Amino acid sequence: MAAGVATWLPFARAAAVGWLPLAKKTMPKPPVDNSSRSDEILYVNVSGVRFQTWKNTLDRYPDTLLGSSEKEFFYNEDTQEYFFDRDPEMFRHILNFYRTGKLHYPRHECIQAFDEELAFYGIVPEIIGDCCMEEYRDRKKENQERLAEDTEANEATDAPLPPHSTSRERLWRAFENPHTSTMALVFYYVTGFFIAVSVIANVVETVPCRPPKGRVKDLPCGEKYQLAFFCMDTACVLIFTFEYLMRLFAAPSRCKFMRSVMSVIDVVAIMPYYIGLVMPENEDVSGAFVTLRVFRVFRIFKFSRHSQGLRILGYTLKSCASELGFLLFSLTMAIIIFATVMFYAEKGTKGSTFTSIPASFWYTIVTMTTLGYGDMVPNTIAGKIFGSICSLSGVLVIALPVPVIVSNFSRIYHQNQRADKMRAQQKVRLARIRMAKKGTTNAFLQYKEDRALGDPDSDNTALCVKNRSAFEHQHHHLLHCLEKTTNHEFTDEMTYSELCMTESVGFRTSRSTSLSSQQGVQNNSTGCCPRRARRRAAMRLANSTVSVSRGSVQELDTLHIKTTSIASQNRSSLNAQASDLKLNCGEPDFTAAIISIPTPPANSPDESLPSSPAPIPGILRNTRARAFTHETVKISSL
Amino acid sequence: MGAVVGTLTMQTKQRRPSTDKADDDLEMTMVCHRPEGLDQLEAQTNFSKRELQVLYRGFKNECPSGVVNEDTFKQIYSQFFPHGDASTYAHYLFNAFDSAHTGSIKFEDFVTALSILLRGSVQEKLQWTFNLYDINRDGYINKEEMTDIVRAIYDMMGKYTYPVLKTDAPKQHVDAFFQKMDKNRDGVVTLDEFILSCQEDENIMRSLQLFENVI
Repeated sequence: MAAGVATWLPFARAAAVGWLPLAKKTMPKPPVDNSSRSDEILYVNVSGVRFQTWKNTLDRYPDTLLGSSEKEFFYNEDTQEYFFDRDPEMFRHILNFYRTGKLHYPRHECIQAFDEELAFYGIVPEIIGDCCMEEYRDRKKENQERLAEDTEANEATDAPLPPHSTSRERLWRAFENPHTSTMALVFYYVTGFFIAVSVIANVVETVPCRPPKGRVKDLPCGEKYQLAFFCMDTACVLIFTFEYLMRLFAAPSRCKFMRSVMSVIDVVAIMPYYIGLVMPENEDVSGAFVTLRVFRVFRIFKFSRHSQGLRILGYTLKSCASELGFLLFSLTMAIIIFATVMFYAEKGTKGSTFTSIPASFWYTIVTMTTLGYGDMVPNTIAGKIFGSICSLSGVLVIALPVPVIVSNFSRIYHQNQRADKMRAQQKVRLARIRMAKKGTTNAFLQYKEDRALGDPDSDNTALCVKNRSAFEHQHHHLLHCLEKTTNHEFTDEMTYSELCMTESVGFRTSRSTSLSSQQGVQNNSTGCCPRRARRRAAMRLANSTVSVSRGSVQELDTLHIKTTSIASQNRSSLNAQASDLKLNCGEPDFTAAIISIPTPPANSPDESLPSSPAPIPGILRNTRARAFTHETVKISSL
Repeated sequence: MGAVVGTLTMQTKQRRPSTDKADDDLEMTMVCHRPEGLDQLEAQTNFSKRELQVLYRGFKNECPSGVVNEDTFKQIYSQFFPHGDASTYAHYLFNAFDSAHTGSIKFEDFVTALSILLRGSVQEKLQWTFNLYDINRDGYINKEEMTDIVRAIYDMMGKYTYPVLKTDAPKQHVDAFFQKMDKNRDGVVTLDEFILSCQEDENIMRSLQLFENVI
């Protein structure tokens, strides 16, 4: 029931008094009105803009947010108002819906934003009033189409091949998307070149060349250099046949491929040659054979694979089929009418060229399209009058459907341009998004870095710990908990690939860098190495600005590991290698991420430990200066 | 020449009334009726100021122009009875509300009628009902009028009823009640007969109190 009608309910109930004298039975008891509060004004605060309305107004639609008890969730006791953190501009329209019973769609708003607001307030979009419904539907359809296009562009066939694809699939992909591989590109250009050559040859062979010795008449080049042209034609046809057969082989659905337009064009382009081979040199049949050669010109349509504009044109014509049909039909009607009239008007005159109605068709067409060859001209006055009417109406009839076709073409062309632009920009967009995402992951790794390196007691923790919002703190804590749960640590892409690399290359200290830290019991070194590797990863991350030479990665790695493991401990001497490392491994801060690793003993084959601490500070200097200043101090003190 | 000019001018003259009519139509749709002051209405009816405010707000919301015409009235009333056809009964109701027979109900008419129906005395209510039944306003209810009213009420029920509605149900209904009301058997029911017969019926008296707390 419409909203406003609810206000007339008291009147309807009062009018029921009119039935009472005629009632056969006694009337039922009226419902007890518990909530007989007098109507009150509610305050609704939407992002600072304060709206006021009667409670009754909102109660009109009890199945929406504002009409039901759901709004109590947004009630602010202190300010005695309902607070919504949404767009106040949109809320205006929502509230007007309650007031007037009609929902309007504001044309300057984004359709998705409007939909979201409606969804939030629990209003079904179907009740938009008739005045705005069409606009809403159009915009929504347009938006959906655009989204569909975008997702299509995203899943563009530029995506890398699935790993397990047969050679057939790869071949098909090469044909459809030439820019995916160099071979396909080469083939694409070669076929394009041969199409051009074939078409040019077809054209040139009809040009008259100088006649050979002993002949007076000019000869077309085709006959003079017959052999040369024949060889060229053979070569082209061979290439086209080969291409067609390859495509047929690679096509995922052969039947569908054979029915497609391009395939038909291919067949039509090469058929005449084969027919010509098969056909005998018979005078009667060669006439038909000559006609067949006309079909060779269809090779030019093969260019549509190479040109997008041509494809758009073809698609436009297909989509404007109804307009073209209308144009054709109206033209035919007009031609018949005017031809008949002209024929009868010119019937009497001597030597009239209008010999029959079909003959007059030619005159009508030439006049309506304003060509006016002048080979057929009316001589009588009536003929001239009707002729002028014919030419005037021709202009009109042709001009009518043309704008429709033009606008269709323009729309499709722009859509295509847009799709191409989107695809080009997509890569840049994705790269930027990835970088932004990296920022957050980096922040977490940074946080771990700071926690691990920083001495809880020293002042430097203050330096290390940057200003982080409460949200970030909690988020990082959450990620930390996840690490503890799964017994794995977060790293970034770069270090992960490095880990894989170092795994394969092998460590100098011949420790297996298996990342499964659960097997620490048997292989103590495994426990240490992943941690160290990750440590290195975290370090590397922190030093994103410093370019660590990859060449000497191994040596530097080991040194790094040693130095950092040494550096991070707060006490004990450098000389006590085993104990150092043991202490290092057992450091609670450090093993934050890896709980169940039993403290691995010192890595005995640790000859690579630098004997002199001299290079260490140097190396340390390469790394992040801030975190290491205190460590350098410690080392020197040791 | 003069004749040509004359006929041309005549044509233009004829054209002008139609344009005037168009202007009139335009004016009518723009007409906005404002009710008398709140104090006056409060004095005339049995409603308090607050109740009048609530009533007016609802009224103005539905009819911003300040008047209800019969079509709108029928539309509104039909919305309460979606099963059947309430237009006939709404037509009678409209005539009962529109006491001045202007063709449209203003807010004063609306409120006056409501005041009688909800806050009026038994006498006033019964008199209003009598006016409702007396379609041709001649002071008497004859059997045809009552049959019309009863049929209109049955129309509101619609087709799907239990038990199934027979075609002569309104007639039977009327027969039963007319006999009760027409005391002197003269074929018509006067106002006094009507009030008397209603006052004798306990059920009617009791049910008249039912709708008092509607607002």
